Amino acid sequence: MTNLVEVANLRVVFHGDRGQTMHAVETVNFELARGVTLGLVGESGCGKSVTALAIMGLLPKGSTDVSGHVGFEGTNLLDLTDAAMRDLRGDRLAMIFQEPMTSLNPAYTIGEQIVETLVRHRGLSRAQASTRAIELLRDVRIPSAEQRVDDYPHKLSGGMRQRAMVAMALACDPQLLIADEPTTALDVTIQAQVLDLIRSLKKKTNASIVLISHDLGVIAEICDEVAVMYAGEIVEHAPVDTLFRAPQHPYTIGLLASIPRLDRRVETLATIEGSLPDMSEIPVGCRFAPRCPFASDICVGSAPPIVDVGSKHWSRCVKAPLEEVRA
Amino acid sequence: MSASLLEIEGLTRHFIVRRSAFGRPTATVKAVDGIDLSVPAGSTLALVGETGCGKSTVGRLVLRLIEPMAGSIRFAGRDILGFGQKELRGFRREAQIVFQDPYSSLNPRMTVEELIGEPLALHHTVPVSRRRDRVAELLRLVGLDARYGRRYPHEFSGGQRQRIAIARALAVEPKLIVCDEPVSALDVSIRSQVLNLLSDLRKRLSLTYIFISHDLSVVKHIADRVAVMYLGRIVESARADELFANPRHPYTRALFSAIPVPQPHAQRQRQLLEGDVPSPLSPPAGCHLHPRCAYAIDRCRIERPALVDDHKGHATACHRWHELPALAGASEQDAPTPQLEALMAKFTRPAGVPAAGSVDTLEVEGRRPN
Repeated sequence: MTNLVEVANLRVVFHGDRGQTMHAVETVNFELARGVTLGLVGESGCGKSVTALAIMGLLPKGSTDVSGHVGFEGTNLLDLTDAAMRDLRGDRLAMIFQEPMTSLNPAYTIGEQIVETLVRHRGLSRAQASTRAIELLRDVRIPSAEQRVDDYPHKLSGGMRQRAMVAMALACDPQLLIADEPTTALDVTIQAQVLDLIRSLKKKTNASIVLISHDLGVIAEICDEVAVMYAGEIVEHAPVDTLFRAPQHPYTIGLLASIPRLDRRVETLATIEGSLPDMSEIPVGCRFAPRCPFASDICVGSAPPIVDVGSKHWSRCVKAPLEEVRA
Repeated sequence: MSASLLEIEGLTRHFIVRRSAFGRPTATVKAVDGIDLSVPAGSTLALVGETGCGKSTVGRLVLRLIEPMAGSIRFAGRDILGFGQKELRGFRREAQIVFQDPYSSLNPRMTVEELIGEPLALHHTVPVSRRRDRVAELLRLVGLDARYGRRYPHEFSGGQRQRIAIARALAVEPKLIVCDEPVSALDVSIRSQVLNLLSDLRKRLSLTYIFISHDLSVVKHIADRVAVMYLGRIVESARADELFANPRHPYTRALFSAIPVPQPHAQRQRQLLEGDVPSPLSPPAGCHLHPRCAYAIDRCRIERPALVDDHKGHATACHRWHELPALAGASEQDAPTPQLEALMAKFTRPAGVPAAGSVDTLEVEGRRPN
């Protein structure tokens, strides 16, 4: 069984106005089988959204260098022309953004925006496409879809807009769906509804999903596999159960420890001291070492190796597996 | 502990959003619709609820940043609604606010020293000659290096800016601080640093907090009492541990069960609410929740449920709460394995040990893409 997506050595470098460079994403590697949901988790500035935009070919050409390999159904997306990418996007590749109010066009009704996709990629007539648009809105559980299809985005609530966004992304049955913080702008009860929707669509469509989130709770609910990113690199990759039960990278452990638990109350919350390294001056050794309670000289001197710590589970840490560090 | 610093009764604020051609109001939002609260000195009261429930309006009313239409607010026994300009100015020394977004709440043209020094100058609390020392003291209090006084807010990360905002609020030595979503714009690892700072300051300076948040796991960590709001009304209030152990109101239960728990395949009783929050312009009659509530009966559609206390400090505004089935596992989470527990413990600083110089480092920490 071949993988739908194979990302190898993906690197993204931004060039600033004054000649400075920023390495936003460094050697990102992952594979994604059909029907699998991969969670990409990390804090602001870790490169998770940039990774997604690089896969979609949405980074500005002039000021960014994207190198490496983004295999999708056997072709390297980075080799394709802009025109070929436009044919793929919205069709077999789709993306959902965080803030549906800014990613939907306020000057068109949501129906028109879905119809546009269907006419462009599926060659449907406008009448056929509108019928299909209503069905799609029904699929994402928008009540009275026949009326809603003619509404402008501002008339819908945040949750409804995000549903419309999902409907638009799914219009052409994409093979790969990238959802960048799809529920971050929503209230928890609405978030729960949208997560429920994504879960049921996952079963129905057999699409592969990359779900980007800073919220480990959301990741735990939806994903099959998880990649944790820190300062432009994937630092740990594991099946979801393993990641939450036996994480093997100090950063992952620190993140899990920082979330206040619902089942007990502690005096002092665990914290990851310090802050992210300056991405224009990346340290030679492990990027997490300055904040890591397990770090020693070996971590600072040279880049950490990728250590296999279990089935489909690796960690970018010289000290992994970490159980042995305790003594 | 038992004496109330703040007593609120029947607090009401409506906003007129549309008027007819003759200036008559045609649409109003009942942002805060008759709420009672009492905050003991030295405690933390959390106000939780979703967007538009009125929690931030309560915070602003308490500080008289906006004026209520009805009700009373007593602060340390005095009626603050009767205050004139001069008394109000005095009151500002006793009650302060920390806003959500440290990117917009700090004036970008002022240095940190000016920002923190401004309240000192306004209230003449510290003579000019000592002002710089006091600013340095305040910066150290919130875990920042005093050398940073000459820098501008853009040179700091989100977590550091929130520390500056906290230092500014502390400058006048207030008794009460309204924290309006103080950690919502921060990343997880930075969020816990700021939460620890807030708890630590409360103990050291005997502060009282009103902590406004939509994040229940944070609320559980920091609050002594919690009041849950929905469309301008308090639907349930209780001690934090009691509320999380026995949520009674269907809305509270739905909120709890909607929190995503960092545990795959968690076995939880989901209590999903149907539909969206109704427009606050025309909230449903009776109990505001009834169109979304699985337990609603005819009475709920007509009669507004009163917030009734059970004499043990747990108040619920629901006609049917005592008939509802017990909710098991709404906030349950398996304990981590001993190995993981030991590894996670490495990230907890023993109490009383100040943060290593790490919090002062002026590295650029990214901000959440909001």
